[in-house]
Amino acid sequence: MYQRILLAVDGSENSLRATEEAVKIASLISECKIEVIYVADFSKSKNEILHSQDKEELEYSRRKKLAPVEEKIKSKNVSYELKILHGYPGPTIIEYVNKEKVDMVVIGSRGLNTLQEMVLGSVSHKVMKRVNCPALIVK
Amino acid sequence: MIEKIKIEWFSNVRGDILAGIVVALALIPEAIAFSIIAGVDPMVGLYASFCIAVIIAFVGGRPGMISAATGAMALLMVPLVKEHGLDYLLVATVLTGVIQVLFGIFKVAKVMKFIPRAVMIGFVNALAILIFMAQVPHFIGISNMTYVFVAVTLAFVYILPRFIKAIPAPLIAIIALTALALYANFDLRTVGDLGGITRTLPEFLIPNVPFTFETLVIVFPFSLALAIVGLLESLLTASIVDDMTDTESDKNKESRGQGIANIITGFFGGMAGCAMIGQSVINVKSGGRGRLSTLVAGLFLIFLIIVLGDLVVQIPMPVLVGIMIMVSIGTFDWSSFTYLRKAPKTDAVVMLVTVGIVVATNDLSKGVIAGVILSAIFFVAKISSLKVISKYKNNKLVFEVEGQLFFASTEDFLKSFDFSVENKNIIIDFSKARIWDDSAVGVVDKVVMKYREKDNAVTIMGLDTSSEKLLNKLAVYNNEV
Repeated sequence: MYQRILLAVDGSENSLRATEEAVKIASLISECKIEVIYVADFSKSKNEILHSQDKEELEYSRRKKLAPVEEKIKSKNVSYELKILHGYPGPTIIEYVNKEKVDMVVIGSRGLNTLQEMVLGSVSHKVMKRVNCPALIVK
Repeated sequence: MIEKIKIEWFSNVRGDILAGIVVALALIPEAIAFSIIAGVDPMVGLYASFCIAVIIAFVGGRPGMISAATGAMALLMVPLVKEHGLDYLLVATVLTGVIQVLFGIFKVAKVMKFIPRAVMIGFVNALAILIFMAQVPHFIGISNMTYVFVAVTLAFVYILPRFIKAIPAPLIAIIALTALALYANFDLRTVGDLGGITRTLPEFLIPNVPFTFETLVIVFPFSLALAIVGLLESLLTASIVDDMTDTESDKNKESRGQGIANIITGFFGGMAGCAMIGQSVINVKSGGRGRLSTLVAGLFLIFLIIVLGDLVVQIPMPVLVGIMIMVSIGTFDWSSFTYLRKAPKTDAVVMLVTVGIVVATNDLSKGVIAGVILSAIFFVAKISSLKVISKYKNNKLVFEVEGQLFFASTEDFLKSFDFSVENKNIIIDFSKARIWDDSAVGVVDKVVMKYREKDNAVTIMGLDTSSEKLLNKLAVYNNEV
């Protein structure tokens, strides 16, 4: 069964929904661990540094964003690990998944329309296409 | 040691070389444009970018960060160049370096941590506005074709990256539009109209100025401003690169490195520079992580100038203007508008004042200093609010003091007592307060004496250890009893 589930989150509403689904699956399997991945986006780095007084404050504000996700996992007593990576969200998640040989990826979808997808690019779509393992996209 | 050199230089050779080339291509238009802002020949900025990048690769504290001629520094030099000429600028550059080395030795980088973020946000916004304003004379009211070229350049640099990621869009815009302008023979001003390009390596030179005290007096204020602004932008950039690469860097070493780079650059005919936010982000995004990327950026830049120098002077000014407008849009912190609404009012005011003073004086360092002073004043005002609650308890009059008692809050403290009472048992409770300095002790003395004059018995209680120590050392009311 799935032993390592990778949950990619950004702290948004849809990543919370993805968390719920990941927890559902994980709680059915004994010794299953969820790896929660948050990617600190390259293109937001300048902005985030500028708006925080120091490194610690930035670290804290990122952790705070992920607190609801952690809460959801903890409440079902599923074991998990949280990692903050740095890069472009899509490629960074894909690289990690394929390198670390996780069993399954769970990720939320923002539900963009065609135009937004063209401009912004869909992270979940990219991830689904290019990871070498099953991917669950949560609407 | 060798292990460290290996990691910093050769752990990412392919990525570093490719990123370095991309950065060199993106640096050229900026180096030329910043020279034009400063009012010097394009070569001054190009030599500076070459020298600084190459030297910083060896002596900088943040591998993967790109330093070169920058807009922030160029803007500070304008009056010096206008009134005294290039040679004084070179002296100022060397002196800037000396000051920065001293900053590094005395660990001033640590102090920079105390610059409030409102000031830093104001700094980048003001920088963006000044870079934009510096472009205005080069495209407003020149010719219709100028407007067209600026617009087409902007379209190029914003649309192309969606489709072509490997080559920087500004470079494609430059090549395509320069070719078009030459082919169609449009009447546009070119880089060549504003200064020449020499296709040689920079040479060592001693600036041609009288080495007198007078020269120092002229140059020093500029150097100090350059040193502060250069360090500010470099340390901000270092923090951004730290975050993007999830690694640490040595800020004091970076400060010394910036200084060494500026000293040498000044002797090779280049203008003072510092780290560049935009270019460093491009470098990391393109895969640059190590010192090699910075070195390649500098070397490839001078290689291109030596090989292609004659073509560089043909670049139409409006194309350069378009690229600089993009740079200023990229520099501006667009989330400032949300910040203005959400941040505390005083922070918003500090940010606006910083921007306002810079735009009014054209001097980034003045804005930063004003911003820092203003936020210090706001801080003092905030913590100096002091409350004294009076009530009767077991027939005694009790004053509960709440807050920080120091020079700024003594007046409020004094005013909150009613001195008309006579023959009472008075208790002043300091358990929610702290006494900080001798003016605080003085005012406590004053209150106690005034009450005693009217035959009240005064007891002071609830002092914490340090407040009590201070009071015992300095207060006089104890000695009288």
